[in-house]
Amino acid sequence: MPESHSAAAPRSLSQLDRLESESIHILREVVAECERPVMLYSIGKDSAVMLHLARKAFFPARLPFPLLHVDTRFKFREMYALRDRIAADPDIDLIVHINPDGVAANMNPFDHGASVHTDVMKTQGLKQALDQHGFDAAFGGARRDEEKSRAKERIFSFRNAQHRWDPKNQRPELWRLYNTRKRKGDSIRVFPLSNWTELDVWQYIQRESIAIVPLYFAAERPVVERDGMLIMVEDARLPLRDGEVPQQRRIRFRTLGCYPLTGAIESDADSLPKIIAEMLVASQSERQGRAIDHDASASMEKKKQEGYF
Amino acid sequence: MAAAPSDRDDFIAAQSDKELLRFITCGSVDDGKSSLIGRLLYESRALFEDQLATLASDSRRVGTQGENLDFALLLDGLSAEREQGITIDVSYRYFSTERRKFIVADTPGHEQYTRNMVTGASTADAAVILIDARRGVLPQTHRHSTIASLLGIRHVVVAVNKMDLVDEAENTFRAIESEFRQFADQLDFDDIEFIPVSALRGDNVVDPSSTMPWYRGPTLLGFLENVPIDEQRRTDEPLRMPVQWVNRPDQSFRGYAGTLASGSVRVGERVRVQPSARESTVARIVSFDGDLATAIAGQSITLTLADEIDISRGDIISAANDPAEVADQFDATLVWMDANALLPGRPYLMKIGSATINANVGELKYKLQVDTLEHLAAKTLELNEIGSVNLSLDQAIAFDAYARNRETGGFILIDRISNATVAAGMLNFALRRASNIHLQALDVDQSARSALMGHKPCVLWFTGLSGAGKSTIANAVEKLLLARGCHTYLLDGDNVRHGLNRNLGFTDADRVENIRRVAEVARLMADAGLMTLVSFISPFRQDRANARDIIDSDDFIEVFVDTSLAIAEQRDVKGLYKKARAGELKNFTGIDSPYERPEHADIRIDTESLDVDAAARQIISVMQQRGLFD
Ligand SMILES: Nc1nc2c(ncn2[C@@H]2O[C@H](COP(=O)(O)OP(=O)(O)O)[C@@H](O)[C@H]2O)c(=O)[nH]1
Repeated sequence: MPESHSAAAPRSLSQLDRLESESIHILREVVAECERPVMLYSIGKDSAVMLHLARKAFFPARLPFPLLHVDTRFKFREMYALRDRIAADPDIDLIVHINPDGVAANMNPFDHGASVHTDVMKTQGLKQALDQHGFDAAFGGARRDEEKSRAKERIFSFRNAQHRWDPKNQRPELWRLYNTRKRKGDSIRVFPLSNWTELDVWQYIQRESIAIVPLYFAAERPVVERDGMLIMVEDARLPLRDGEVPQQRRIRFRTLGCYPLTGAIESDADSLPKIIAEMLVASQSERQGRAIDHDASASMEKKKQEGYF
Repeated sequence: MAAAPSDRDDFIAAQSDKELLRFITCGSVDDGKSSLIGRLLYESRALFEDQLATLASDSRRVGTQGENLDFALLLDGLSAEREQGITIDVSYRYFSTERRKFIVADTPGHEQYTRNMVTGASTADAAVILIDARRGVLPQTHRHSTIASLLGIRHVVVAVNKMDLVDEAENTFRAIESEFRQFADQLDFDDIEFIPVSALRGDNVVDPSSTMPWYRGPTLLGFLENVPIDEQRRTDEPLRMPVQWVNRPDQSFRGYAGTLASGSVRVGERVRVQPSARESTVARIVSFDGDLATAIAGQSITLTLADEIDISRGDIISAANDPAEVADQFDATLVWMDANALLPGRPYLMKIGSATINANVGELKYKLQVDTLEHLAAKTLELNEIGSVNLSLDQAIAFDAYARNRETGGFILIDRISNATVAAGMLNFALRRASNIHLQALDVDQSARSALMGHKPCVLWFTGLSGAGKSTIANAVEKLLLARGCHTYLLDGDNVRHGLNRNLGFTDADRVENIRRVAEVARLMADAGLMTLVSFISPFRQDRANARDIIDSDDFIEVFVDTSLAIAEQRDVKGLYKKARAGELKNFTGIDSPYERPEHADIRIDTESLDVDAAARQIISVMQQRGLFD
């Protein structure tokens, strides 16, 4: 028997405990009411937190749904390493899906542009995988604080059989009650971390000692400056432009999207306390490092309607 | 992480031990809601430089504040959405101070207001009610306060905004205060704080104002940092845990997962499972980080019990010495949230806690005029209307009055066809009827009666357009049944409308009630052992589904008499189509009121290819297959 915690009962929960509890409630609700849920696992910090919460929610049972990684083939190597470590856990089933059409077309962000690459490898790939496996609910790690247009997002977001989001037909979410009923063929995207902020995520990672990709910690890494972003040079997947010479800089990532669409920041924060301290005085929002958000300000909205997470 | 604790670690620890307060802001358009929230975000440094840069450039471009930041723009991510017709009900914003993290529910102040505010208020610990100092207490102010009170918010702060435009005058502020108090006397708040502010300048928002020395109370942020949190209060209430999921990884473990709606729980505590009323003792509180000795309101946990008792999702685990009430009929308050109006008599699905049950909205007692608190007579509730209703369920549930516990007294209603969330509701009290009048389990039951008759009972439900041939075919079937020595009765639209349903017209609400009564009568007749034939247009799918629910669905046979509108209109036996076309009959099915074709009728009669006898024989043969005659 595991040892009991101290008997002194607190009178109220801390905000992290309440967030944790709310997320667990959401995860359980979906498992209780949906037929084939899946958790989208993108290997980033939000996915790491979401996975950790899921293990808590269903303990001591093993995870009652698989993880799905929609692989764009342009993730950092350290991300693949962490993913493979997670997949080795006997309690976890991980499905990796790569859009075969994208592979056939040798899709990459350099020749095709960031948005086409994301659309084919991520958005189309995701739809393929959801259809192939017949998943009727998919957990995603998006948070409302990420971006202005997400502030009004529901926790349960309904999609029709074509994966389209109908913004005119959203359901009000009252108390802890979620209406999960749907027509055959429809599916739900569920965001258990909706009420978390970036700071909450970091504090929780620290409190719970959650494994994350080392790229979040500052280290000397080779980079080039391109279009105002610091792009890490990892391997031959990043073709250098004329005159570009990689330099060693002390950098880290606040968000890990697709390599090389994600920019790094210069930082000395090589531990969680330092990252959190940096966060507390941070002056840039995290999405600022993502090339995809620079395209157009309403772009998120449009992507969502098309089925991007 | 770091070996030795440092100031920084202490600081970080303090950051994660913060409390969480959820609040809602209510105001009419232009009262300064966006400015106020924007100011709170700005001053608590919840904004990043890139967001500020966007704000600064937006302010210069379209702002109203010259060179100054126009905080109203910060939240206005909505205009584009409005153009696209996206429903914006509630946006959530986040900021924090040393003591607390805050989640602000912001609801745009236009048409959908009631629905949106109710949604935001359902999870709020406190409400900030904004009043424009120049305009004073308005009907909208009453509306906001009433909804906040109805949704169980006990702590409100009235922010009297734009004080800079009334020369920071104390008497203006005091006049608003006393007028508001007068109205609020009729409501259920524990306390009301009044704060004079200028969202624009930041006076009394975060820092005390130097321009209003006559005010010595807290700033708005000061208030928000100290106002009680609802979940803390709920920890002092008796234990309630709706069972969300039964965790059975293998034969040796059976855990009940759920979120504590109220109270606390400890190992060894006596609990009662409701509504079944079986009792046991808490054996373990299992968690990923090791077993716990106790847990409190708001925590999502997994319990195991000392005894093996049957527990499933939807049950509630309660304190054995202070359990919830159990009932199946209620006085409830409903807030209607759907564009399709409430139809009393039509069953909806009710989700409360982790249970989903069939619910019937009965009598509508009154509609609440939100800004005057008047009770108005009403037959239905439209979008954004609030009413008091009787609610009956097809099974008993454990509950607490909403005023005592939001989690075990708050519910939503779901439309069974569209799956939309059509209403939010609050249980007020159980109707005595429910606990006293239990359905009489009679000694002579249906099977005894049918044994005597030599056949099983059933309800043949004929649906189809007027003039489709329902009554003709039903008559033919009844003759064949009679010839076989069966006991039958035919309920026909016309004979029922002249008697039992004389008081009903042809509005949607009346049609629903019409069908409900006929279904109830048919149920009684089937219970008496009769083969009952019902010949009713019954144009709405939902109503036929209801009839199937009311009548035991094993006994129910839906017969779709399928005749095209063209043919039915051509026959026009009673001359009704002609009248309808001439506009003399309103709401005539097929003309200006829809007929929803059955998708899965038990029997479909194609009258254009079968004659009456063949149709009747087809029905008899289905009855035979169902074993009704042996
Ligand atoms: N003078 C003055 N103007 C204000 C104050 N608060 C808001 N306003 C102005 O009132 C207008 C409406 O404010 P906004 O925040 O958009 O109102 P909302 O519709 O309630 O969100 C804007 O032009 C604001 O600049 C205030 O305290 N004093």
